[in-house]
Amino acid sequence: MTNGITSAVAAPPSDITKRSLPASIVVHTLLIMASLLMLYPLLWMVSASVRPENEIFSSTSLIPSSIDFTSYVRGWSGLDITFGRFFWNSLVISLLTVTGNVVACSLAAYAFARLRFAGRNFWFAIMLGTLMIPYHVTLIPQYVLFLNLGWVNTILPLVVPKFLASDAFFIFLMVQFFRGIPRELDEAAMMDGCSAWRIYWKIMLPLSLPVLATAAIFSFIWTWDDFFGPLIYLNDMDTYTIQLGLRTFVDSSSTSDWGGLFAMSTLTLVPVFFFFLFFQRLLIDGIATTGMKR
Amino acid sequence: MRATADRAATAEQYQGVVADSRWRRLLAANGPGYLFLLPWLLGFLGLTLGPALVSLYLSFTDFDMIRSPEWVGAANYVRITTADPKFAAAMKVTLTYVVLSVPFKLIFALLVAMALNKGVRGLTFYRAVFYLPSLLGGSVAIAVLWRQLFAGDGLVNAALSHIGIQGPSWISHPSYSIYTLVALSVWQFGSPMIIFLAGLRQIPTDMYEAASLDGASKFRQFYKITLPLLTPVIFFNAVVQTIDAFKAFTPAFIISGGSGGPINSTLFYTLYLYQEAFGNFRMGYASALAWILVLIIAVFTAFSFLSSRYWVHYDD
Repeated sequence: MTNGITSAVAAPPSDITKRSLPASIVVHTLLIMASLLMLYPLLWMVSASVRPENEIFSSTSLIPSSIDFTSYVRGWSGLDITFGRFFWNSLVISLLTVTGNVVACSLAAYAFARLRFAGRNFWFAIMLGTLMIPYHVTLIPQYVLFLNLGWVNTILPLVVPKFLASDAFFIFLMVQFFRGIPRELDEAAMMDGCSAWRIYWKIMLPLSLPVLATAAIFSFIWTWDDFFGPLIYLNDMDTYTIQLGLRTFVDSSSTSDWGGLFAMSTLTLVPVFFFFLFFQRLLIDGIATTGMKR
Repeated sequence: MRATADRAATAEQYQGVVADSRWRRLLAANGPGYLFLLPWLLGFLGLTLGPALVSLYLSFTDFDMIRSPEWVGAANYVRITTADPKFAAAMKVTLTYVVLSVPFKLIFALLVAMALNKGVRGLTFYRAVFYLPSLLGGSVAIAVLWRQLFAGDGLVNAALSHIGIQGPSWISHPSYSIYTLVALSVWQFGSPMIIFLAGLRQIPTDMYEAASLDGASKFRQFYKITLPLLTPVIFFNAVVQTIDAFKAFTPAFIISGGSGGPINSTLFYTLYLYQEAFGNFRMGYASALAWILVLIIAVFTAFSFLSSRYWVHYDD
């Protein structure tokens, strides 16, 4: 995040590239229309969630005739187990994943960025290689392994791999950042007899808060939204995450309770939207510099 | 005699000490590095390399999770490529999805990025609005929403009926269902747009100044300056988005209720793999499907990198 692209994002464009007045009116009109089109489905869903049940399909308008939160009440306990449980499960898995990713990936990234050891370049190349491999290739043996360990139907298969830095993408992200931290700092500390661990803990981590935050936020969002992992490993409704709960709700009530479904759908988006509102800059810089997929 | 034995003993001891200190030095030089790397290394060996090798082995077996794997040679691969209509359907659906969603997504992303690049007022607002769908898009909630939008009595048809068009039930019509998924993907053009925006900002403005002094039209400037200088970013986005599109799963799963229907029209490759592995417990067959997916992605990536020599400009 210290490289040229981010600063280029922030740099104001020069006059020569500015548009004339009529041209900029056209551009703004088009952009506003596009914005409305992009947001319309989302706004419609939120508005449908607070509409009286009989009004949901009767109108394409965004403004409900009256505000009514009964859909939320109905949706919350629309399944045998309430959505409170699903939210709690998702939260636990997401927070543990964030912890695992930040800890394990920063340890590996520090080794790759700063420490000298035999085979470093080899392992670094291997690590980059793992980024290219689709997870489908390891899926089935991993499932068999976790089944034999008795971990299926627990959160362990979803969480433990993160403490082994299985999301290697974040290692790459952190290595890029660590390399931008002036080497003089840790060299001076090393002269003073600091151990590698102390340098990591007292110098690297405190200076890397932006990249640690980016990694934390993205791993939270991706875990919160993850559907495939929970689908495979969690079978009891007790253990369901919010995404599985929502899917069960769709299947059980596909035509009967759209209001409740939209209410719960809206609720699942709230945490992600919150991160978006408050950490937009971090997210956008993260994407601009590394080309993350979402 | 005794003296020689003694000498031999000290020599041995001495050599022992040398070897010992060599070990110690080796450990001192490499120990910390490997210690920090340990979690990742364990994960790589135990959760990536090991499973990948096992999955390669399983792909040559019949394995149902109950009996132990039974070696069948290349039978799985032969059946997949010659006698599996569902595989053919899944390939067709996935390729259609890739070929339609990636170019449209990238074109939208580039157009919007160019509109935003020239010092538009409210840039941060627009950028946020266009980025939001791609941040939320991976969740089940959005797939649920999409399912309603394109249902027979959904929002799209309600809007169409205002202008007198009676739309079909898009998601349950085998000829249209895939296009609703393409639309969902294109709707999430936000993250390639941000990467394009960053790339556009890297192009020095004096190039445009010089070009307009020479009387080059806007179109010519786009064609001769913007496009060539942006090719590395276009290349990057295209590769990332294509690999991602091959791996798409959640929207098809939710919209079709896990079936890939109607008539396999939304049977994404990964959805078929999931059905084989966790619906029918044909783990050997599913492993072969996984390796074919790897092969497809590898061939595509290799082809992109080879072709990039002819159209991507890296001259700084």
